[in-house]
Amino acid sequence: MTPSHPLGTAAREGARVVQVDAEVIRSAPAGIYQHLTLVAPGIAELARPGQFVAAAIGDEHSSMLLRRSFSIHRVSPQGAYGGTVEIVVAAHGPGTEQLLALPTGARVNLIGPLGRPFPVPQEPVACVLVGGGYGSAPLFWLADVLRERGCHVEIVLGAASRDRLFGVLEGRRSADGVTITTDDGSEGSKGWVSDVLPELITRTGASVIYGCGPMGMLRSLHEAAQEHGIVAQVAVEEAMACGIGICMTCVMPVRDATGTTKMVRSCVEGPVFRGDRVRWDAFVDGRCLVPDDALGAPEAGAR
Amino acid sequence: MVDLSVDLAGVPLPSPMMTASGCAANGREMHRFIDITELGAFVTKSVKAAPVSGRPTPRMAETDSGMLNSIGLQGPGVAAFVEEDLAWLHSIGARVVVSIAGGTASEFAAVARRVVRSPYASAVAAIEVNISCPNVANRGLVFACEPSGSHKVITLVREEVPRGIPILAKLSPDVTDITEIAAAVVKAGAHGLTMINTLLGVAIDPVRLRPHLAATTGGLSGPAVRPVAVRAIWQVSAAMREGRVPAVPIVGAGGVRTGADALELLAAGATAVQVGTAAFNDPTAPLRVGRELADALDALGVDRLADVVGIAHEGGLR
Repeated sequence: MTPSHPLGTAAREGARVVQVDAEVIRSAPAGIYQHLTLVAPGIAELARPGQFVAAAIGDEHSSMLLRRSFSIHRVSPQGAYGGTVEIVVAAHGPGTEQLLALPTGARVNLIGPLGRPFPVPQEPVACVLVGGGYGSAPLFWLADVLRERGCHVEIVLGAASRDRLFGVLEGRRSADGVTITTDDGSEGSKGWVSDVLPELITRTGASVIYGCGPMGMLRSLHEAAQEHGIVAQVAVEEAMACGIGICMTCVMPVRDATGTTKMVRSCVEGPVFRGDRVRWDAFVDGRCLVPDDALGAPEAGAR
Repeated sequence: MVDLSVDLAGVPLPSPMMTASGCAANGREMHRFIDITELGAFVTKSVKAAPVSGRPTPRMAETDSGMLNSIGLQGPGVAAFVEEDLAWLHSIGARVVVSIAGGTASEFAAVARRVVRSPYASAVAAIEVNISCPNVANRGLVFACEPSGSHKVITLVREEVPRGIPILAKLSPDVTDITEIAAAVVKAGAHGLTMINTLLGVAIDPVRLRPHLAATTGGLSGPAVRPVAVRAIWQVSAAMREGRVPAVPIVGAGGVRTGADALELLAAGATAVQVGTAAFNDPTAPLRVGRELADALDALGVDRLADVVGIAHEGGLR
């Protein structure tokens, strides 16, 4: 009988990413979501807002092989237990349900920090941060970083209904102003985040919009930014199998600096993209097509 | 200390452990987690002559103990592969199995030529010819489904590859008789066989009730397919023992996640073992499985890995 082995751990010099067996030290409900705090030595010290972690479900005999990726809500490099990482989990299926039911003391094999963080402006400009549902998770940490640099920060939280909002109180602590929208009007103003953006951008003279949430919402942020001649930095939530750049499943069409569209991995080249680089036209009905003019696209008629 | 060294068609490797093509990109990403020069060999993502965008998304669906993928051989094309990826692998001292693909037999040959004539050819331990990728627009382009197509690809590639670099043909289990394809490619000059590629599958989105993958079909991989890999290795290894297929080394691939899994493939007849989908779950898996394999052999009192290759055909350990 071969003994059972846990999943691996890794911390290679210069890699700027680690794989650790993290320990759940707190798990608390937050609306319909679950807010998990994990001791994850090495991740907290390296992470910046906008980066994410990839969590394994169970041990090496788990039937769910693919990692689940979560944007990092906050980190504390010098907690009482060592560096901690906080994530917000929503029940999407058996894998996430297993994560959000973990008791304190449970172990989670975690890889992070992954992906490119939100770029922060050199000058103390006004910024609008927009989160859809629990997509708001990384924005409060980002708000703290921006305000330390002297930026005026407005946060907009939108969701289908009140229980799907995340971080309303935290937003009031982290931002100069918080605006809330719900589709059903159960909190804040009834409607979408895009309804309140034009007035907010104009009133604050914002130079940058940061956003995280579903693709349709991110597209609306980009359009609002474009109408006001400013830039949107959007963090996408594409499905990923590995999170580390080896599976090629999380690709999306993005223009490079020369204007050439390539299918790029959102885990390593993202998850944060400039809104004006994303080929929004390719996202149709829950799928993402390969634009005909993308590098290496099949010739017309060959697909 | 268990002796894990293997002879892959004349190429000595210190370890039987390899990555699997398409499951480790071209090395840099995995090298952040493990030293890929410690592998027996690093197997690159299949490269074609020109850049390939791959297929629309979703390209992936998790299934019980496995996954479906429909990446569609996304890649930079062989010129960029050689200058950026092979050059880097060469610079760190990795032993590399270069996986090549093509839409025609002559494309395979052109890609092979570019690789073996590059300044970095000394890093190339073998060429793996991916004649079995299921993610192509036309099922007729899966060369490994048909003996004469397979034979033609290997024949043309063989003309381009110098002696000393073995050619491995990667086979599909989705065929009526895998020993027939194996015989065809070995007779065409393949020095070894990699088995298995993924199995064709479909998953239906339970909410939209339409195929989950934008491309509809995808390749099934992961521990769920391991018994199919063991079966394919068993059948071809048995055919070699019976003289129906010329004897060449088999590189086992398919659902390996632990040392015990690797040992199954070896006992069925594999000389080396690739770890693919398990790396998505654990990027250290290709080396971790090697350590577990050494421990498992040690626990069984086996000193040399070579002593268990194909041992299941001989009544097992005594």
